[in-house]
Amino acid sequence: MSKCFSGNEAVAYAMKQINPDVMGAFPITPSTEIPEYFAEYVANGEVNTEYVTVESEHSSMSVCIAAQAAGARAVSATSSCGLALMYELLYIAASCRLPVTLACVNRALSGPININNDHSDSMGARDSGWIQIYAENNQEAYDNFIMAMPIGECSSIRLPVMTCMDGFITSHAVENIELLETDAVRNFVGEYNPENYLLKKENPLAVGPYDISSYYMEHKVMQAEAMKASKSRIIQVANEFEKISGRKYGLFEEYRMDDAELALVLIGSSAGTAKAAVDKLREDGVKAGLIKIRVFRPFPGEELAQALSKTKAVAVMDKAEGFSANGGPLFAETRSALYDQKERPYLINIVYGLGGRDFKTDDVEKIFRRLADIKETGQTGPIYTHLGQRERRK
Amino acid sequence: MIKAKDINENSVLEDLTPGGEIYEPGTARDFNTGTWRIDTPLFLAEACKHCMLCVPFCPDSAIPVKDGKRLDFIYMHCKGCGICEKVCPFQAIEMTMGGEVK
Repeated sequence: MSKCFSGNEAVAYAMKQINPDVMGAFPITPSTEIPEYFAEYVANGEVNTEYVTVESEHSSMSVCIAAQAAGARAVSATSSCGLALMYELLYIAASCRLPVTLACVNRALSGPININNDHSDSMGARDSGWIQIYAENNQEAYDNFIMAMPIGECSSIRLPVMTCMDGFITSHAVENIELLETDAVRNFVGEYNPENYLLKKENPLAVGPYDISSYYMEHKVMQAEAMKASKSRIIQVANEFEKISGRKYGLFEEYRMDDAELALVLIGSSAGTAKAAVDKLREDGVKAGLIKIRVFRPFPGEELAQALSKTKAVAVMDKAEGFSANGGPLFAETRSALYDQKERPYLINIVYGLGGRDFKTDDVEKIFRRLADIKETGQTGPIYTHLGQRERRK
Repeated sequence: MIKAKDINENSVLEDLTPGGEIYEPGTARDFNTGTWRIDTPLFLAEACKHCMLCVPFCPDSAIPVKDGKRLDFIYMHCKGCGICEKVCPFQAIEMTMGGEVK
């Protein structure tokens, strides 16, 4: 079934089809429409979800954690400062191994206050122990949300999943997308049947007890192992999803990478713009390609290193500053992943698109000209750079 | 299912539960949490009228009751807070210095 949906409506519709037990709901731009659409489904009796309106995102995530611990399937949606206010709880959900599902509509973090898109919110949560899956467009936002629960709830994984899409660019733009039948979605997602939960009267459960230093290290290693194991689960779920949808997903998407010498590595909606530019460059005979990271946590380091092994020069595009003074978070991961390769490309980092700064095909072409120059001369020039800001010519 | 009594500070991670979950109620009873007591209450049985006032005031599970009788302290759980001594109307509890039971 084909429908014209905004990214927000696509995710809300996926939630409706899943019919979760609980939603912790608190609005924040640009994710507000998700709880808004969902409230309508609740009011119309189209779902039987317990819709809990709270006073903050700290509480919406607390509701989700409590519900999930009780044995229910819980969802929420947020953006930017809302995600920041959940910070403490993100770690609680992950460390208690509660597979909450959160739609993160990426928006810049304050300050100065800004409501437009970049990835600083979810990148700030990259070490919280959540699986992070990013969408390029509305279709992927819908598909990723449906795949989230079979990944996170798997008994050998038990990790919360954050599905991310770009604020406004994806969340508010209306596109024609393919929806699955509700029965197919319910069948795919299945029932949430944890082995133990608070409301199981046969054996009462204590969740999140105080973990002294004699135990904490072991529990963190268990969590790290689960994150490592989630990589193959993500691929397995994607393969099963392809059977019902015909749409293929991996840890990242390789676009025209077969013989690519120059490449971009990026996340999210910018991939659409970059693909158009890559097509144009290919017509001009430039061996250009791109890799769109879909799964950032767990980071597909080995696979990415393999995919980049034949390239000569690569620009890693970060839509979050990170303020490490050594490059953005995606750059740090990518450079680290390439370290073990014998042959590796020249690598530069470009921080771009902060707070909704536009990213155009002209920009992509400019980056590829820079990469061609690096390939030619073997000189990278400054490695950690920014794109799109106004500044005096140096 | 892993039982709380089988978990200790030498357990390897394969023998622990995800997130430190505990699958039974009332397991605090099984653990020695009285090790950091710096004052210790003494139970003077001859002065005790078994009014039971100390029992609900004890913040831990250090005062056992059996067949309507208040029994001696369970020092495995007593933190030495001294609340029981304060609420006892009959001076049947005496606080002593140090964590050792004299």
